[in-house]
Amino acid sequence: MDWHQPTARRITAIKLALFLLCLLPLARLVIGAAQDELGANPIEFITRSLGTWTLNFLLITLAVTPLRHLTGLHWLLRLRRMLGLYAFFYAALHLATYLWLDQFFDWAAIAKDIVKRPFITAGFSAFVLLVPLAATSNNAMVRKLGGRRWTRLHRAIYAIAIIGVIHYWWLVKKDITQPLLYAVLLGLLLGFRAVRLARERQRQLATYPGMPK
Amino acid sequence: MLIRRPADLASSEITPRGLFERRRTFIKAAGLGSIAGAAALLGLEAGNAMAGSKLAGVRKSPFSIDEKATPFKDVTSYNNYYEFGTDKYSPAHEAHRLKTRPWTVSIEGLVRKPRSLGIEDILRLAPLEERIYRMRCVEGWSMVIPWVGFPLAALLKQVEPLGSAKFVEFQTLSDPQSMPGVKSPVLDWPYLEGLRLDEAMHPLTIMAVGLYGEELPNQNGAPLRLVVPWKYGFKGAKSIVKIRFADRAPGTAWMKAAPQEYGFYSNVNPGVDHPRWSQATERRIGEFLKRKTLMFNGYGEQVAQLYAGMDLKKFY
Ligand code: HEM
Repeated sequence: MDWHQPTARRITAIKLALFLLCLLPLARLVIGAAQDELGANPIEFITRSLGTWTLNFLLITLAVTPLRHLTGLHWLLRLRRMLGLYAFFYAALHLATYLWLDQFFDWAAIAKDIVKRPFITAGFSAFVLLVPLAATSNNAMVRKLGGRRWTRLHRAIYAIAIIGVIHYWWLVKKDITQPLLYAVLLGLLLGFRAVRLARERQRQLATYPGMPK
Repeated sequence: MLIRRPADLASSEITPRGLFERRRTFIKAAGLGSIAGAAALLGLEAGNAMAGSKLAGVRKSPFSIDEKATPFKDVTSYNNYYEFGTDKYSPAHEAHRLKTRPWTVSIEGLVRKPRSLGIEDILRLAPLEERIYRMRCVEGWSMVIPWVGFPLAALLKQVEPLGSAKFVEFQTLSDPQSMPGVKSPVLDWPYLEGLRLDEAMHPLTIMAVGLYGEELPNQNGAPLRLVVPWKYGFKGAKSIVKIRFADRAPGTAWMKAAPQEYGFYSNVNPGVDHPRWSQATERRIGEFLKRKTLMFNGYGEQVAQLYAGMDLKKFY
């Protein structure tokens, strides 16, 4: 088959497969919880796992554009919305676990946490920023906002991912290996864009005769 | 000194260890979540607690509390022991390489008779007692653990501390051969902890050598570890090789790592938050709802007088 020009039916099949694949981290938690296999502190395990997968999906979403440019597989762009919505889905579950399982709706403690614990402040900000992106993730909203405004709004994902990594960095007690790994990956994904943007600028400048290079 | 005597605990109230023996599979916590681990998404790793040999002649103690003990499997599969990795599931998987015989503990510093004692001799110093204690981790979770041990004072008296000795420092083994964690500089190895001399001599402070009536599993600090039930768990140095008497407070591993977050005393105190999280409540392992954290972890009647007149917000 031609991977560069898949048929509409093939794209639908790929989307369906991806949709199911993205549910696996959740399935693993549900099965693990049902069989009491999440260790001594299942609530902590679930909260952390959902947080990790929120960040994973943010980075996977951000990887679509670089992958598309590196491979020339432009249809990858058609998977991006689903991946971004999965990031929101896992973020919402992560927040829900915190509010329900971890704090059991103790609103005073939650309010204190959001104000007082820097890592919760960061996580909460990242979630609040994600909401408008999720809310505008349908064709009607793209049309309503117009392509330029929609694109500008959705650039907030860069900030969300950065705040997400900061959230992780601040919550670990001492061992920063994991947050550092995410910081490096995010740096590569954002660096790729910065380099492309700089090259693009140079090319545009070069097209004006007489401009210094 | 006022010592409260909790009602004697019927042995039937402790859940039999056999119940928790069933093999369990554990999902590797940290690595799996990362993108790197995504490939191993549904990978499960088998792990079971090592069974130790039964300790003989263990007496009951009036210091034991009357609360339901945390299952053996949870006590032995979920704990911090950074020498075996920074995540709480690692020690159970990594600690089997630790060799706990032969083992000697050197006791030195401001003492009349510095000594090096073999573990066999230490085990004969005093009758072994079961001490069912609350254990509150600084991270906000807690357990009830039936330790087996003897008062630390019995060990410290062996060396006849000098009048100038005001503090006691405890040093954990740091062996890169058997402890993968010490190869990375997360903490300044070897792990050091310390107590004021009066805290060290307090009857609640014990050297634990067992758990659930059996020899201490490696991941819980074999062959002997400190247990100070009114302080956060990290004060309880594990696998101790050296004890040193000093006239000044020793610099502990966590104080060196983050001085603004961890103080020398580290008494359990719901009124003093950790800078990054509240200490007002805790999750008892096995329970769904959080419970209120008690001042001095519920041992105030026995230990509050040690800190009379001190500002515990300042000396946290
Ligand atoms: C886009 C938003 C967010 C991202 C990307 C994110 C990501 C993460 C990550 C990666 C972890 C660590 C997982 C691990 O230790 O393996 C985590 C843990 C956690 N997050 Fe979030 N998070 C977000 C939002 C939030 C929000 C809104 C809250 C609550 C208000 C929150 C509360 C927590 C808590 C309580 C933990 C566990 C801390 C612990 O167990 O010590 N997060 N999150």
